[in-house]
Amino acid sequence: MNDKTEKLSGKARYSAGVLEYKKMGYWEPDYEPSATDVIALFRITPQDGVDEIEAAAAVAGESSTATWTVVWTDRLTAAEKYRAKAYRVDPVPNEPGQYFAYIAYHLDLFEPGSIANLTASIIGNVFGFKPLKALRLEDMRLPVAYVKTFQGPATGIVVERERLNIYGRPLLGATVKPKLGLSGRNYGRVVYEALKGGLDFTKDDENINSQPFMHWRDRFLYCMEGVNKATAATGEIKGTYLNVTAATMEDMYERAEFARDLGSTIIMIDLVIGYTAIQSMAKWARNNDMILHLHRAGHSTYTRQKSHGVSFRVIAKWMRLAGVDHIHAGTVVGKLEGDPLTTKGYYDICREEYNPTSLETGIFFDQDWASLNKMMPVASGGIHAGQMHQLIDHLGEDVVLQFGGGTIGHPHGIASGATANRVALESMIFARNSGRDYLAEGPQILAEAAKTCTPLRQALDTWKDVTFDYASTDAPDFAPTPSVS
Amino acid sequence: MRITQGAFSFLPDLSDQQIHEQVQYCIDNNWAVSVEYTDDPHPRNVYWEMWGHPMFDNPDAAAVIFELNECRKQFGDRYIRIIAFDSTPGWESIRLSFIANRPKEEPGFNLEREDVKGRSVRYKISSYSAQKPEGSRY
Repeated sequence: MNDKTEKLSGKARYSAGVLEYKKMGYWEPDYEPSATDVIALFRITPQDGVDEIEAAAAVAGESSTATWTVVWTDRLTAAEKYRAKAYRVDPVPNEPGQYFAYIAYHLDLFEPGSIANLTASIIGNVFGFKPLKALRLEDMRLPVAYVKTFQGPATGIVVERERLNIYGRPLLGATVKPKLGLSGRNYGRVVYEALKGGLDFTKDDENINSQPFMHWRDRFLYCMEGVNKATAATGEIKGTYLNVTAATMEDMYERAEFARDLGSTIIMIDLVIGYTAIQSMAKWARNNDMILHLHRAGHSTYTRQKSHGVSFRVIAKWMRLAGVDHIHAGTVVGKLEGDPLTTKGYYDICREEYNPTSLETGIFFDQDWASLNKMMPVASGGIHAGQMHQLIDHLGEDVVLQFGGGTIGHPHGIASGATANRVALESMIFARNSGRDYLAEGPQILAEAAKTCTPLRQALDTWKDVTFDYASTDAPDFAPTPSVS
Repeated sequence: MRITQGAFSFLPDLSDQQIHEQVQYCIDNNWAVSVEYTDDPHPRNVYWEMWGHPMFDNPDAAAVIFELNECRKQFGDRYIRIIAFDSTPGWESIRLSFIANRPKEEPGFNLEREDVKGRSVRYKISSYSAQKPEGSRY
């Protein structure tokens, strides 16, 4: 597969005209990436008749220094250094016509600490390139030298737990429903009931900003009444993710400052605000002792299809660099897309100090996070108390479990729904710590807990048969033994 | 009211045998387990009084249960919690915390509201128990 370099040099390389990318120096099969190179792994689907090596070289070229024709001005720079180098191309197992292309980039191609600059290169022009039918960014290796130029999560999992005084169990949340249409007063009622009943957090949905039915200041004021009243009722620190997403940075700062002045522990933003705005808010959050929740609104437009776009594992890496504290990362068992192993890969990217290469979970590179804070993954969408054993088994302890419908839809009210979730959670963690086989005995553990908790019994009766068992569209393609070129 | 801080406050009060199981889980994870008590359970009262240092190098949960019961003899009318510290690099904080003893009557908290600028409200939460001097609250 990995044929020899066809790179030209001197006069042959720089004569005016059009040259194949692989001859221009963008294909270097003997190249050994250095410890400080950024490495990208693309899934490429060349047009019929386009050779995969040329396609990989073209991706390297178009995402770094190249244009479509030879330019003499290359000779004024250390062009060899700035050219990205495709160095390995493997066929994708069981996917004819698709190839994994490994491309190395010199660190000097990127501005320190800027996701906007990194992405302008890596996913800038190249995704519309005609010789490719499709292109997907599957994974990236970010060298420690580059990781260290980013702030990372404003708060991180450990400090978040210290601030909230919650240890040893997942956090519990719920998104206020209906997500649109409630007045501020009615909205705050949901916050109060859910927090008083036993949740740690409630959450604005992605598209709650400042609409005619509820302007943002009203929402913030009524929500904080609910938060403080629930804190006094339980003795626990509570929070509600106040969504500060808005049209301009000035508006977002205004809303974030109001949330801070009201004493909120946490604010939220949507992924659609863009990488630069996310980095700005992360910096603001670090300076204002604020936990920063990110709702990944819009990501499925480019993460879901396997042949084209950007894998969510790459988005998760960028967001850990950018500095958010919470990120929605899938539930496995809920209503939204999520293959178990792929989801495990996302969670590992959020929470581990070091990710070893693990093809079965979709991680193609060893990644050292260089003591950057950890991000708390959030599981949200179609989950309920009856799945508690599976959720803990798949997702572990450092996660926010968000039961929106599974709290607010409880037949005896929101507080009962919250209590059901909290009792299910505490009884499952208790059983796990006591050494029980909680996964196998999960339904029995829940039934035992329900004997002394009527709301849990009602929840189990209501949702006992609800599952979302569909085939995943995004599972890793790997051969048990990696192919060697 | 019932203060619901800690990992297991929504379960019925734990027996010593159940506390023993949870403590042994912590010890088996190489966490140092400690006993702490207070008569001011305010949600932002971080530093409860230490009943001695965390029990580093202690292999047996029974020793923690012994200390818990010694603490109960003196402070059985207060809140007592079990707290486990993990010194692993990258964590270096608490891994588990749960209430192991609580007073018979829990008066809870007062929520005071003060109108400030615009429609904003400044909230002040205070423990009813802490209105009396320390040591004479329960």
